[in-house]
Amino acid sequence: MLKTLLSGDYPRSRVLSLVVLAIGISLLLAPFLYPGTKSLDTAAKIAIFVVLVASYDLLLGYTGIVSFAHTMFFGIGAYGTALTLSSMGPSFTAILLGMLAGAIVAAVFALAIGLFSLRVKAIFFAMVTLAIASAFAVLVSQLSGFTGGEDGLTYRIPRELTPGFRPIKEKLFGTAINGRLIAYYLIFFLSAFLFLVMLRIVNSPFGRTLQAVRDNGFRAEAIGYRAVLYRTTATVLSAVMAALSGSLLAIWLRYTGPATTLSMEIMVDILLMVVIGGMGTMYGAVIGATIFILAQTYLQDVMGVAEKATEALPLISVLVAPERWLLWLGVLFILSVYFFPAGIVGRLRGQGG
Amino acid sequence: MSDTAIRPRIEQAGLADRLTAALPILLVPMLALLGFAAIGDATTWLTLTVAGLAMGLMIFVMASGLTVVFGLMDVINFGHGAFVSVGAFVGFTALAWMGGWTASPSVVLNLAAVFLAICAAALVTGAMGYAFERVIVMPVYGHHLKQILVTMGGLIVTQQLIHVIWGPDAIHLARPETLRGSVIVAGAAIEKYRIMAVGIGLALFLAMRYVLRSTRIGLLVRAGVENGEMVEALGYRIKRLFLMVFIAGSALAGLGGVMWGLYQETITAHMGSEILVLVFIVVIIGGLGSVEGCFIGALLVGLLSNYTAFLAPKIALVSTIGLMVVILMWRPQGLFPVVKAK
Repeated sequence: MLKTLLSGDYPRSRVLSLVVLAIGISLLLAPFLYPGTKSLDTAAKIAIFVVLVASYDLLLGYTGIVSFAHTMFFGIGAYGTALTLSSMGPSFTAILLGMLAGAIVAAVFALAIGLFSLRVKAIFFAMVTLAIASAFAVLVSQLSGFTGGEDGLTYRIPRELTPGFRPIKEKLFGTAINGRLIAYYLIFFLSAFLFLVMLRIVNSPFGRTLQAVRDNGFRAEAIGYRAVLYRTTATVLSAVMAALSGSLLAIWLRYTGPATTLSMEIMVDILLMVVIGGMGTMYGAVIGATIFILAQTYLQDVMGVAEKATEALPLISVLVAPERWLLWLGVLFILSVYFFPAGIVGRLRGQGG
Repeated sequence: MSDTAIRPRIEQAGLADRLTAALPILLVPMLALLGFAAIGDATTWLTLTVAGLAMGLMIFVMASGLTVVFGLMDVINFGHGAFVSVGAFVGFTALAWMGGWTASPSVVLNLAAVFLAICAAALVTGAMGYAFERVIVMPVYGHHLKQILVTMGGLIVTQQLIHVIWGPDAIHLARPETLRGSVIVAGAAIEKYRIMAVGIGLALFLAMRYVLRSTRIGLLVRAGVENGEMVEALGYRIKRLFLMVFIAGSALAGLGGVMWGLYQETITAHMGSEILVLVFIVVIIGGLGSVEGCFIGALLVGLLSNYTAFLAPKIALVSTIGLMVVILMWRPQGLFPVVKAK
């Protein structure tokens, strides 16, 4: 059962298994373990970003392609759901249609970009995707009649998913059972499902071929695998997954705008999560996303305390100011690319550098 | 004797062939004419064309370092934008120190202030380039994936350090007194600063061309682009050559940053990564590693984005992407493909 579920790809390290299990259980029981809006928001965000980061890892870690258009696909998914929800009204049909439309549009875009630029070098693809993604972000904020521009779209979701919906009057373990909880579990289980699907993909013969193409494209071609075909398929798959996670975010936030889905900052965040967690391992996405989002939400408080404590030392207190947390993550990012490219997961599995 | 000798026939390519070969260069005037046809109004067209040339030349200054670095060592620097931002901020500080010079109505003092600010920015970013190459890029030669990631990390850290030093807010960068406003040429209002930008950009392009074509170092750089191993085998230390080119490229990026900052009149820590998008488009259009291609590409992008900004402002950036796609359909390696002897 467990083997089928994890596709035979176990964490392969006692500490890692414990950590992944702890994250999984915490997310599963989040509404009961950590009551409060902020912590539920954080938990939902972690679940969504695990899928997003894993889908990016499918590209970066497993296929060796650097893309900067991942937020574009994320945004396409989010806007797809947002547009159907705001035009068709709050219904589950609208959500389903939006998810489907977002995934299809993302797949078409990814196919076009892939066929257009994956024939050449990895570097070329990185540059082209960077250009296309920023053009897309600008276009979305310009077409304000359609996408709401910089303000984004605010819309209603089905009543069953809002805090006003109360299927049971009583509280369960001190937590009110409401629509928000249902929305959380919808997102949690969908994310878990998507994650397991990706785990299945990378452990299939197709996934193995991707790794072969990554390690030695020339050799893979010589054995008879069309490298371009595999690279393009991986791009399309990861774009679809990113779009689906974007739809989940759109459902959870009830708002979609350029800042939450398309901005370059999110792209940088995803990169940091993948590299710090560990490239080329799906579990790295879980660890990376969890650590990063917890840091984003809570590290700033800690740094605020540190800033107070070092007030007497002018330079240090500026460097540990809460707004500077990205500086330290950037340094950590560079160090981890050099010294442990396999990330935290690689460390725990004892692969070292 | 001489009567019976057969005159050697000199093979000459037909007109069509020669035109095709020159086509990439002809693209710029063609685009300008197309723009004229689309706009229809001579004075507006003149204003836009000068603006486009100024923008293109500034982008060229920023992009040239990137493309040579790639050609020479197969290193692409995603942190190149950081030099642009740092250059702009250093230029801002330098101009602020010379407040008396920039506020005076004398053209000489104003130009001197701008010149000194540009020199200061180029010096600082050149030194930064040295550190960047030694600390960040050197350990990852030959690994494209790691290069992209690590230089991206360098970009994040540099942007954050700018926040630490100059604060997180956008800063207004005022042009010196005499460079404000515009002059009327043939009925078209042309900003004075743009004329200066065109002048500096052209001077830099010609200087760069001279260095690459007519000096020993330029010869080595061009040889290195074509076949680095051979240059090394002949006894030249290509790594040192590369370091020099990297420093020069970073200094040019900083210089371009000051010019771009004065052009936009607002500077932020993110301006570098924003302009990097255009820089990449230009480098791809021109052909990775080619300075001439970069020049043509920059002019095309500058002109096109100014024309579309006037005709259909919403699709200005998308139009440059469209240009890139069209050119890559025509020449998949860019306008001037760099031939590698490998």
